[in-house]
Amino acid sequence: MLNNRRTLLKAGMATGTLAIATAAGLLTPRHVLAAWPEKAFKAKKYPDALQALTGTDQLTDSNSIKVKAPDIAENGAVVSVTVTTSLPNVENISMFVPVNAFPLSASYDMSTATDGFITGRIKMAKTSDVIAVVKADGKLYTAKKTVKVTLGGCGG
Amino acid sequence: MNNKMKIRAWIENDKTTVKAIIFHPMETGLRKDKKSGKPIPAHYITEVRCEHNGKSILNCMWGPSVSKNPFFSFRFTGAKPGDMLKISWVDNKGQAGGSEAKIS
Repeated sequence: MLNNRRTLLKAGMATGTLAIATAAGLLTPRHVLAAWPEKAFKAKKYPDALQALTGTDQLTDSNSIKVKAPDIAENGAVVSVTVTTSLPNVENISMFVPVNAFPLSASYDMSTATDGFITGRIKMAKTSDVIAVVKADGKLYTAKKTVKVTLGGCGG
Repeated sequence: MNNKMKIRAWIENDKTTVKAIIFHPMETGLRKDKKSGKPIPAHYITEVRCEHNGKSILNCMWGPSVSKNPFFSFRFTGAKPGDMLKISWVDNKGQAGGSEAKIS
C-alpha cells in the first residue's frame, strides 16, 4: 500500500518535471515525436529539398507509380492528390510542387502493413508538375503529373 | 488533446481504409492580413502519427503547403473490426491534438 503510494508520487513528480521542461521550451512536442526534416521543408528549390530529404538526386522514373490529380484546378488552395504505387516494400511517399515557395509539401513514412496508397490535399501557387517520390526497397522512384492552376493558393 | 478532427476507418476485403480530417488553419506565413498589411504568422501541422494497436502504421510529415483543414486517406492490412485507431498531431507552435476511432 505504502509502496504504491510512493510509486505514484514519484510518477507524479516525473510528469511534473516533464511539464516544466516542455513549458521552458527545452522539450517541444516536435522533438518528442520523430524527427521532422526541417531542412527539406525549409528548402526553397526542388533539387535542394529533394537532396535534403533523400540525400540524393538520383531518381528512377517508374510506370508503377500513379499520380492522380485534376488536369485543371480552379482553386490552388485545395488540390486533391492521390499517389498509388504497386512497388513492393514502400517505405516513404513524398509530394513536391516545384513552383511553391517551399517545394516539399508532404512526406509520408509507411509501415510494412501500409499499402502504397495515400491521398492528401495540397496548395499550389500556380500551374506546375506535382512530383511524387517513392522510396521502395531502399531505392527511389518518381512520377509526375501537370496540374493547371487558375487561382493560386499560397500567397495573397 | 482536443477533438477537432474526424476519423473514419472501415474494413473491406481484409484492407482497412482510413479517412481523416483535422481542423487546423495551416497558415503558410506568406499571406498578409488584408486590413493591416502585416504578414500572418505561419501556423501549420508538422507531424501526424497514426497508430493501430500501439503500432505506428503511418507517419505524416507536412509542410505549410498542405491545405487548410487537412484531409488524408490511406489503407493498411492486419486490423480486426473493433480495433482502435489512434491519430495524433503536433504543429509548429507546439500545439497538439488527436483522436481515436473504432474500426468498423
